[in-house]
Amino acid sequence: MVSRTTDDYQRMALAGCVAINEPAFWAGYDRSNEQGFYDYFSLLTGFEPQRAATFGIKHFSWMCINPKEAEDVGLADAVLALIPEFLQKPTVLGIGEIGLNKNSRNELVVLEKHIQLAADHDQLILVHTPHLEDKLKGTRLIVDALKNHSAIRPERVIIDHVEEHTVRVVKDAGMWAGMTLYPESKLTANRAIDIIEMYGTENIWMNSACDWGISDPLAVPKAALEMRRRGHSETQVHKVFYENPAAFMGQCPKFVL
Amino acid sequence: MKQPPESNVHLVDHGFMEARAKLLDIAAFLDRLERHDQADDYRVRAFFEGLNLLDEPGADRAAKVLLALSDPSEEPIAEAHTKGAAGAFSPEVET
Repeated sequence: MVSRTTDDYQRMALAGCVAINEPAFWAGYDRSNEQGFYDYFSLLTGFEPQRAATFGIKHFSWMCINPKEAEDVGLADAVLALIPEFLQKPTVLGIGEIGLNKNSRNELVVLEKHIQLAADHDQLILVHTPHLEDKLKGTRLIVDALKNHSAIRPERVIIDHVEEHTVRVVKDAGMWAGMTLYPESKLTANRAIDIIEMYGTENIWMNSACDWGISDPLAVPKAALEMRRRGHSETQVHKVFYENPAAFMGQCPKFVL
Repeated sequence: MKQPPESNVHLVDHGFMEARAKLLDIAAFLDRLERHDQADDYRVRAFFEGLNLLDEPGADRAAKVLLALSDPSEEPIAEAHTKGAAGAFSPEVET
């Protein structure tokens, strides 16, 4: 977890986390050239798995140029050319988190290039949807782009950051739905559990936001506790927090716990 | 398939105090804006639209509020000039 201290790995291990799934994302600033991405991908596939392993946690990652840096198509092309080398790494599960941020034309072009890369290399896809007022429009554009590619199988795609107004769009497309938990600004544990109660436990997971804003690496175990407090059985909790992520990521043979 | 909890929890007991605290925070936030003459803002207007939806029945208030705060357009924008989002939409404001 690039944005996190080693103490967070220790806390996650104490809370029972067995694996971390880290998508390539924004560094807090726009990188000036593709070499910055090469170094970042090297960190994701080298140092971070070692740091997690000291606490008995498996670390997996996903490769892409994040939508926040996708306005520059020339830079995106240079970064996309680096990615196949890293897809060979033993802890890389696929392409992600790709998607849209402000729903611009160039972001969409870069998204389509990532989708083609995933198709060319038969990779799983992890998608980021825009936040707040941009989410509904962006989710629809992303789902359309994925459905428009004949080689993309929806069961090999997870669309993250779903909320009450977008979860149906994703589920109806046959894709997995991810719910990223935030302490205050976006989806909370209680709302995510509401969505589970309304839409069921199939093909859905929760994950902790661990970015540059206020976020909590323990959001997932805290949500599991809240699900128990709301009367859900251990079987249901285990399915949402362990079996479902393992089932989706297990479609990549490199995902072994 | 819908997945109700296996044991019944009294959800009012479980969540009322937390929701009450949030309600009072909203009331105080709006008071604060009014005291400081800052309530004339497209985000605050959108906020009140969302508040009005809370009084409607149907157990889909969260989705309705999110829809009310969303960009309703369908085509990609020409170019992104920012990275962040404001939480409410106005065709006159680039966020």
